[in-house]
Amino acid sequence: MLQDDAEGGGGVALKDLDDILSESIRRNGESLVAVLQDIQEHYNYLPERALRSLSRKTGVPLIDIYRVATFYNSFSLVPRGKHQIVVCAGTTCHVRGASKVTEEISRVLGIGPGQVSADGNFSLDTVNCLGCCAFAPVMVVDGEYHGNLTPAKTRKILTSLKAKWLLPAGEADERGLVDDGDAEETEGA
Amino acid sequence: MTVTPKRLRAPEDLTVLRQSLVDRTDDRKPRIAVCGDTGCAVCGSLGLASSFKEIIERRGLKDRVGLKVTGCLGFCEQGPVVLVFPGEIFYRKVGPGDVEEIIDRTVLGGELVERLLYRDPITGQKLPRCSDLPFYKNQTRVLLEGNWRIDPNDIYDYIARGGYSAVAKALYEMTPEDVISEVKEARLRGRGGAGFPTGLKWEICRKTKGDTKYVVCNADEGDPGAFMDRSLLEGNPHSVLEGMIIAGIGIGARHGVIYVRAEYPTAVVKIRNAIEQASELGLLGENILGSDFSFDVTISKGAGAFVCGEETALLLSAEGKVGEPRQKPPFPAEKGYKGKPTVINNVETFANVPLIIKNGAAEYRRVGTEKSGGTKIFCLVGKVNNTGLVEVPLGITLREIIFGIGGGIKNGKRFKAVQTGGPSGGCLPEQMLDLKVDFEELSRAGSIMGSGGMIVMDEDTCVVDIARYFLQFLKSESCGKCFSCREGINRMLEIVEGIAAGEGSPEDLDLLEELACAVKDASMCGLGQTSANPVLSTLRYFRDEYLAHVELKKCPAAVCRALIRFQIDENLCTGCGICRKECPAEAIEGERRKPHTIDPNRCMKCGVCMEVCKFGAITKS
Ligand SMILES: Cc1cc2nc3c(=O)[nH]c(=O)nc-3n(C[C@H](O)[C@H](O)[C@H](O)COP(=O)(O)O)c2cc1C
Ligand code: FES
Repeated sequence: MLQDDAEGGGGVALKDLDDILSESIRRNGESLVAVLQDIQEHYNYLPERALRSLSRKTGVPLIDIYRVATFYNSFSLVPRGKHQIVVCAGTTCHVRGASKVTEEISRVLGIGPGQVSADGNFSLDTVNCLGCCAFAPVMVVDGEYHGNLTPAKTRKILTSLKAKWLLPAGEADERGLVDDGDAEETEGA
Repeated sequence: MTVTPKRLRAPEDLTVLRQSLVDRTDDRKPRIAVCGDTGCAVCGSLGLASSFKEIIERRGLKDRVGLKVTGCLGFCEQGPVVLVFPGEIFYRKVGPGDVEEIIDRTVLGGELVERLLYRDPITGQKLPRCSDLPFYKNQTRVLLEGNWRIDPNDIYDYIARGGYSAVAKALYEMTPEDVISEVKEARLRGRGGAGFPTGLKWEICRKTKGDTKYVVCNADEGDPGAFMDRSLLEGNPHSVLEGMIIAGIGIGARHGVIYVRAEYPTAVVKIRNAIEQASELGLLGENILGSDFSFDVTISKGAGAFVCGEETALLLSAEGKVGEPRQKPPFPAEKGYKGKPTVINNVETFANVPLIIKNGAAEYRRVGTEKSGGTKIFCLVGKVNNTGLVEVPLGITLREIIFGIGGGIKNGKRFKAVQTGGPSGGCLPEQMLDLKVDFEELSRAGSIMGSGGMIVMDEDTCVVDIARYFLQFLKSESCGKCFSCREGINRMLEIVEGIAAGEGSPEDLDLLEELACAVKDASMCGLGQTSANPVLSTLRYFRDEYLAHVELKKCPAAVCRALIRFQIDENLCTGCGICRKECPAEAIEGERRKPHTIDPNRCMKCGVCMEVCKFGAITKS
């Protein structure tokens, strides 16, 4: 489904766009940040078409909307992955080896920070601190926190998750947790 | 919730309600507190809390055993943490398998579960009560006390413990001027970093003419390594709201805004819930407690930009615009949110206010220093044994915090530096450990108090790498508005990267120092003005380490990749082959059961081999 949305940005039909914009503008008034947050929450990124439409509706020049959209780290102009991996690059995590963890994630997923995998399945982002520094280094996978990471532990978590994600829907549950051996095989896929 | 919300129309209503809730505070009834903070949630505390709930319900113990999912209990290192009252029994690293036993043996039977107790690493003694643990014993927990006892989702819990009585007092027993002079008298200084006197800020705002004024709470907490504000918002959100309402009374504002950073989803949920509950009871909204004072609070969510913690940037961002700092004056107290006079304070600053109003400035000032009253919460993290949230009186020494409370350095390593104040702060070495922690002393030493991050570093941390890290951080977070900050940080980063790569020269150090001073002097906002601190403080205290990089081309802490080498000790290597299998660069060769070797040309120095080797055969130098 994501692929359809991803192509081109400009031409895609965005379901419910009008309603989402009207409702968000009604609630948030002039706060561009809040409206963009609503759009991103809905589509998981800021589609060009939505921003154009927002500009028409509010009379705010498109360039000003883009200025806000590109100023803040949490906005994305390209679709984020279906599964989102966020790794902390804060000071405590750095001191306790986050850069090695990040490298390991990149190796397992084949994408660097800020990137999305070609199939749109997962994306990797860094943040400055997740506020769980006591468990540094920390990553969050689809909202679930994993702490006290080492490269080896990270690889274990991600290879098994990745294998699960790449299975056709439904099968993942039947098979339960995939062990490392299986994960190796799926990695090439 | 056992009480149906009923609007409180007079201060007496609040008193009556509190009395009716008194049985909830009955500390004789056995109670269990499970830490539900995002921190402990990382290690599974939420599943633990549901196990407790499920078992208590299944066994029909609901009337005999109380259960609370609280905010951060402080000692994160030992998470998931569970406290049992009465007695403040401290159980550590509790798993779902321990639940039944805690209920049967401790809560119902009054015995201890030995294996879950904290063991003093020095004496080897098991310490059952919080008051026995060095981590807690050496703190002064005034603000964080609430986190132990209050269910953050339940306003009645807060009210039962005297919550919102400070609002009643400020409304009915004091004039707005009294409120301000009490806060001034208390010598409360902003906890967001700069330490500006809070009462004075309120006074300026009160005196500024204007029909509409705002109270803004800075919950951006951008310093990496700091989570005090998150823990207060998640653990005791009403204390922050109460502080904001009192600020509103003081300056004559009727609207408040809490600006929370995007990375704190749970805090947003807790605060939103607290606002709803307070509004239902008439503690927010029109005619609070039947007075003619009205006050409401809305939430504005950040979108991930460090510079938005700076007050002028934050105010623009809260309006939904690009958060670029602007020139001061005019200060926010004169021209702030939507151009109106605004008081902007940090989360922890607001959380202190109810205490001052309730107990009076004199009582409040019994803790702290001559110039700064009260306590400060720090996040003690990094290479220290007892990581967690600690609250101490201002004026305590760094040594007391790191060694007395923090229990010293992990794995018996040597202390190297402590970093305070986040990217705007500095690294302080061993000889500064007896420094008293307050706003003036820390800036004199070349760091700043900052919002409360305290990151401990050991001998395995390289200060050049730390300087590089902060410059990289500041480079990506500088808004780019002023030249000195935008370009200066970039050039400093280039120099430090060169040093880390082994391409630096001794002259680079002087150039770096000169550049750092220029950036400091010529930048407009706090970000640029303090951006030189990480560089200047490390140069000041650790020049030798820089010199080792530029003269000897060595990284003493073995961190900077261009300057280190991994090696396998052939006497220790058993030839198990695990490093060969795990090496992502395929740089390791060797036959089974024979010592392996690393090809330095292929090795990318990721350190995976060292991590996986079970025989300690791999070293770096
Ligand atoms: C770059 C920069 C980042 C800041 N980040 C924060 C922050 O995350 N939280 C905070 O409370 N204050 C932060 N401040 C300080 C605020 O500008 C302001 O001084 C503070 O909100 C005032 O509140 P206080 O007087 O209660 O400390 C920052 C300042 C600068 C220059
Ligand atoms: S530095 Fe990573 S969670 Fe705080």
